[in-house]
Amino acid sequence: MPQHWTPAQTRNLLKGLAFISPWLVGFAGFVLYPIAASAYYSLTRYDVLRPARFIGLENYIELFVKDEIFRTVLGNTVYLVVIGVPAGLVVAFLLASLLNRKMMLRPLFRTIFFLPVLVPAVASAEVWRWVYNTNYGVINSVIKSWGWAVIPFISSMELAKPSLILIHVWAQGTAIVIFLAALQDVPSSLMDAAEVDGANALQRFWHVTIPICTPAILFVMLTGMIGMFQYFTLGWLLTGGGPNDSTEFFSLYLYRNAFQFFKMGYASAQAWILFIIILAFTLLIFRSSARWVYYAGESD
Amino acid sequence: MQRAEAIASSPIQHLPLTQRPLFRFVRRALFYLMMVALALVFAGPLLWMLSTSLKTDPQVYTVPPIWIPNPVRLINYPEALSSRPFGIYTYNTLRYALGAVAGALISNTLVAYGFARIRWPGRDIFFIICLSTMMIPFQVRMIPLYLTFKNLGWLNTYLPLIVPTFLGVNAYYTFLLRQFFLTIPSELSDAARVDGCTELGILIRIILPLAKPALAVIGLIQFMFAWDNYIGPLIYLNNEALYPIALGLQQFRTMFQEELMWPYMMAASTAAVAPVIILYFFVQRTFVEGISITGLKG
Repeated sequence: MPQHWTPAQTRNLLKGLAFISPWLVGFAGFVLYPIAASAYYSLTRYDVLRPARFIGLENYIELFVKDEIFRTVLGNTVYLVVIGVPAGLVVAFLLASLLNRKMMLRPLFRTIFFLPVLVPAVASAEVWRWVYNTNYGVINSVIKSWGWAVIPFISSMELAKPSLILIHVWAQGTAIVIFLAALQDVPSSLMDAAEVDGANALQRFWHVTIPICTPAILFVMLTGMIGMFQYFTLGWLLTGGGPNDSTEFFSLYLYRNAFQFFKMGYASAQAWILFIIILAFTLLIFRSSARWVYYAGESD
Repeated sequence: MQRAEAIASSPIQHLPLTQRPLFRFVRRALFYLMMVALALVFAGPLLWMLSTSLKTDPQVYTVPPIWIPNPVRLINYPEALSSRPFGIYTYNTLRYALGAVAGALISNTLVAYGFARIRWPGRDIFFIICLSTMMIPFQVRMIPLYLTFKNLGWLNTYLPLIVPTFLGVNAYYTFLLRQFFLTIPSELSDAARVDGCTELGILIRIILPLAKPALAVIGLIQFMFAWDNYIGPLIYLNNEALYPIALGLQQFRTMFQEELMWPYMMAASTAAVAPVIILYFFVQRTFVEGISITGLKG
């Protein structure tokens, strides 16, 4: 320990380390070690039965050069993130703005919009499987009674991804609550000033409400993006990657490689690619945020 | 009365269109109409689930669909739930969820205290490392964790799902609690220190009683997470006697799907959803406040 620390500082250091010791152990054992091991496995061929064999960058080369499914998987995942995250965000923001107005039965409406997020993913998969059912699902059965052609929601390659995104848009409770909290912080003095200056409701929404809420929008966008890249349960249960790999997303393919094909090295390489993609998107959003996120109290 | 007379006597036509009473009334009515329509759309899937769970078979296969079942077939619930060991699934889920909640609360309280209430050299660097672990996708750690737990002989136990919570691995909770601990005035701890109180004593006697709301939020989020978690149990458990509800529901599905027994499937789903929704109604305030705190400070 450096000489210039006072006894009090040394004592505090020991106390501090003692308090965070559970995390130190957990970090070393369940975070740092797995990351290092995963990086190593990604450079090996490893089927669990035989010891891992070092093969350099072969897994990565195979993923990008040979593996055609992986290309589809990348496309599917980017589609899900680029369409699904903004769609969920816009709907959540609009619902929160509606809920922010004075109205009767507001707690009831808030609860109804919030509830879907509480539904466990496994139950959600079953409910939507039944809602989307081509013969007797609630939507198609109405369509049928009108004599129209049924909508093959999750059984067609074109509609499977949008159908999953629709479920995501339905379960925006967390984002709605975050946006509601942000909307309540919009100073009424600003709104009044804008109104006096002749701004109509739409202009006030666009030029006052949204800018004030940009920190919350950034937060929802970042967490939504990170979560969406790891999208697994609903895709696994509801479409299982199909039809024809149209909903085979990153985590599904990774899980399949690891636990169905026992290609642990190959799956580890995918995990690292996923990590790097998430980092890149995070940096991209952060960089751009300087231009569109407004922090109160910050001088321009 | 005076105001009403004034309105009646003044020529309404002179008011701008948007302030005329009829216009405002129509606008208000349209607004409520839209809210009700939206609410029906969002509640639709859950109402459809509930409705189906109470139907007889012919009612399920009716075009156009029936929303209110008649007769109501309540016996779908006991019939569906007894066809699989739903009680055992529930017991397993509770065991997992409560264990994980205990782990998250105990470990993160200690760790957050170390990060928030003691000034020590290197603290901020450690805290930044702790925070940065939030960005690592689970998939990166998933395979080595699985192999480690396999070597430890922990597969087909709840240890892989519970032990890490006791080691404060979820940085999100640490962050949340630390932020909360920072808001507690340092004079309180200083006074106790002067009186010879140990750090652990300060944590237990002064900080914890004040931090109850934050602890409630973390406990709740962890409980919901455990109830919902599918991929963890999927990887570590393959013995049905150990299944939580998340995996158990899949057993129902493989049983019912081939025979198209939608009322049973929806009854089992309702049973999986209901406890969470009931819990939500009891602790709504904690829940909503918790999300908005984390959202704004994050």
